[in-house]
Amino acid sequence: MFSPITPIHYLFVGIVLFVTGLICLVTKRNIIAILIGVELILNAANVNLVAFSSPVLFAEQGAPLRLDGQIFALFVMILAAAEAAVALAIALHFYSRFGTVDVDRGDNLKG
Amino acid sequence: MNALSLIPQLLFIAWMLPLASFVVVLVTGSFLERYARIAGFIATASIGAGCLLSLAAASIWLRVNPLSTSGYHVAAHTVSPLVGDWYTFAEFGRVKLSLGYYIDTLTLAMFVMVSFIATLIHIYSFGYMHEELHDVEDSQVILADGSMLRRPGRFSRFFQYLSLFGFSMLGLVVANNLLMIFVFWELVGICSYFLIGFYVERPTATYAGNKAFIVNRIGDCGMVLGLAAFLTSCGTLHFQPYQTSDGQQYPGLVSHVNALKHLPDSAEHSASDGPGQSAPSRSEAPAKGSYSTKSLTYSLLVLAGLGLFCGCVGKSAQFPLHVWLPDAMEGPTPVSALIHAATMVAAGVYLVGRSYPLLTPEVFLVIAVVGTITLFISATIATTATDIKKVLAYSTISQLGYMMLGLGVGGWIAGLFHLFTHAFFKALLFLGSGSVIHACGTNEMPQMGGLLRKMPWTAFTMLVGCLAIAGAGIPLWIGLSGYHSKDAILAQVYLFGTSNPFFSWMYYIALLSAGLTAFYMFRLWFLTFTGEPRDVSIFTHAHESPRSMVIPLVILASFAFVAGWTVPGTRWSLPHLLEQSRAMPAIEVSQTGRVGGIVIPDEEKSHDAKIHALVSIEAFAAAILGFGVAGLLYGVRWLQPADIAHRFRNIHQFLLHKWYFDELYHRLFVQTVYALASLAAWIDRAVIDWTVDHLALAVRSLAHADDWFDRVFVDGAVNRLAAVVYGLGCWFGQWQSGRIRSYILWIVVGLVALFIMGTIYFGMAIHCAVGAS
Repeated sequence: MFSPITPIHYLFVGIVLFVTGLICLVTKRNIIAILIGVELILNAANVNLVAFSSPVLFAEQGAPLRLDGQIFALFVMILAAAEAAVALAIALHFYSRFGTVDVDRGDNLKG
Repeated sequence: MNALSLIPQLLFIAWMLPLASFVVVLVTGSFLERYARIAGFIATASIGAGCLLSLAAASIWLRVNPLSTSGYHVAAHTVSPLVGDWYTFAEFGRVKLSLGYYIDTLTLAMFVMVSFIATLIHIYSFGYMHEELHDVEDSQVILADGSMLRRPGRFSRFFQYLSLFGFSMLGLVVANNLLMIFVFWELVGICSYFLIGFYVERPTATYAGNKAFIVNRIGDCGMVLGLAAFLTSCGTLHFQPYQTSDGQQYPGLVSHVNALKHLPDSAEHSASDGPGQSAPSRSEAPAKGSYSTKSLTYSLLVLAGLGLFCGCVGKSAQFPLHVWLPDAMEGPTPVSALIHAATMVAAGVYLVGRSYPLLTPEVFLVIAVVGTITLFISATIATTATDIKKVLAYSTISQLGYMMLGLGVGGWIAGLFHLFTHAFFKALLFLGSGSVIHACGTNEMPQMGGLLRKMPWTAFTMLVGCLAIAGAGIPLWIGLSGYHSKDAILAQVYLFGTSNPFFSWMYYIALLSAGLTAFYMFRLWFLTFTGEPRDVSIFTHAHESPRSMVIPLVILASFAFVAGWTVPGTRWSLPHLLEQSRAMPAIEVSQTGRVGGIVIPDEEKSHDAKIHALVSIEAFAAAILGFGVAGLLYGVRWLQPADIAHRFRNIHQFLLHKWYFDELYHRLFVQTVYALASLAAWIDRAVIDWTVDHLALAVRSLAHADDWFDRVFVDGAVNRLAAVVYGLGCWFGQWQSGRIRSYILWIVVGLVALFIMGTIYFGMAIHCAVGAS
């Protein structure tokens, strides 16, 4: 009764992750929570990358294993770490400037 | 001939010297303030040198053309004049505009006389105008605070104007064409204007200057018309034949006019192609000198002559335009003597004499009648005037009337002779009156009296002048200058009266006025110099004038004495000298034209012994009568003048008001002009201003409308557009909220929208692709 796990399922997980991250980005006012949302979206992308490198998607059977998506996902993780470092620095700076972590208070660029 | 060619050069230098002096004084005048006397020396030296040069020219002339020893009035005496051009302004065909010379004995005599009298008057002015050397307090100009006006002296300016006048007058005398005469005519007029108004601060002086100038404009208007008529009928304004630059010889006015009159062309022979030649029998023209009066050109000629005479009427203060001369006495006395007695006012007479061959019998008649009216009117006014200079002014007008009368009745020599003698004795009388005014500080004779003891030199020289103007002499033998010249005029008038019985009244009026002349002159002399002093303070301050004023008086007195004489041992005399330049053939002309038969008698006939004796004795009797009445009234005071004046108070008032000429002119012309002016002002205000105002109003309302349109529509459209853009900008601006979450939301919304659109457009492809996989 259970069908085998196909990339679609992974993609579904990626969608859930992505939507969760997106909602987190849109609804949370805490800069840290937003960072978490960003991380969720990045990981949703990672899941997608890995899902799309699944051998199920390739036409001829028995083709050599391709790890392009996994390699990409590793790079994204590294980048996400770097990004988190920069973002945390921005968050710290934001806090020291506005005395809060509420991003809605930092609306100096309002038109 | 070589010597003769020197004459124009000498006269040119003599003519230019006063101009040079004028320019020098004009330029340096403001620096000479402390040494203004230098200006006087420059002016006097220039005019004096001019006098000497002209004397030299005259002696050269007389050496080349000696006076003939035979009697008067022989046509063969006529010596052709020296004619030429110094400078040509322009040529238009045969019309030539030039500065040229016309030199004959008349020119030379005038030149010498003008420069000589001018020199004496320059010298006299050193004394008379010495107050102008430093600051002057003008007692006749009271300022608002009651004090007298104090102004810097104008010594150099006075001499500057005198120099300009000398230049202009000499130019007028020497001119060879009517245009040049007109130019210098106006120049002497403007000098007269400057000098009458020399005391510009006195309202009366400026008024008198304006009056002289405006009245002269009326005369000059006629003169311009006359010049235009001459130019139209003859095509030139030169008197004598002249050459243009292309070497062609053209006949002058004289030969044109002679041809028109069918007179033998004696003045020239070179102009053989003149219009006169076309007349078939010119030499034996239909009766000697009869005029053809049919042609249009002849009427133009009459018009031209009348126009020319109109100018002379203005300048020589003849009857309708005589009103300016008495007022002109507001100028300094030397000016009155030089300009308004001896020279400028005689310019009119000179011009009539100079253009004598151009005039027609009708014009002569007008001249004679105007002269008669003038001499009578002004002689009567002079009998009641109390201002010493006004008496002399009216006397001048009267004597000018005599000259005009003499010229008008054919006495060419007589009229011009009187011009010369009058110049001497009237200059003398004016300078004498100046001396009296200088001593007394007033012009009013009723405040003088008894001055004989105080200023004998002035008194006796003036006595000579009075005797000369009255024509004193021993009848039939010899007399003062006025005796000779006035008798010559009267004889000619008498002859004219016998030839034209209709006009014999002229002689009686002239005779009566001769008596009046003696009366008013001796009235002046007695009132001024004899009797008891009427104003003690004036009398005690009176003194004889300085030597610079007395010496000219003495010189002029001697000339007033002898100017009419024949040089002892010869036949040389002034009339004899002038005889050389008689331009008109001395023939009897009878005219059967428009004004009836006028006979202009030959001047030679007036020297007939019978006529001469009769006229001489009658004139003498008239003069004695005038002298006697003056003596009775003012000398021995046997009759009381006030009594007489009261008895004839109507006449006295009439004369005292100068025949009401000023009032009449005021009514007729001044008030008419005022009325016209106010009418013009009304039209200006009611019509022109109204139109302009309403036009302006219309333009203003149009501008308002335009402004409204501009603000509402043009500005409104632009503003509305700007407002829309601004609102749009604001609306878009609120999207940039600065809130990171809303940005993300919009990114998501955009992304979703993109997905939806992509799904709609490429849904099929995706579906296929998915389906295939």
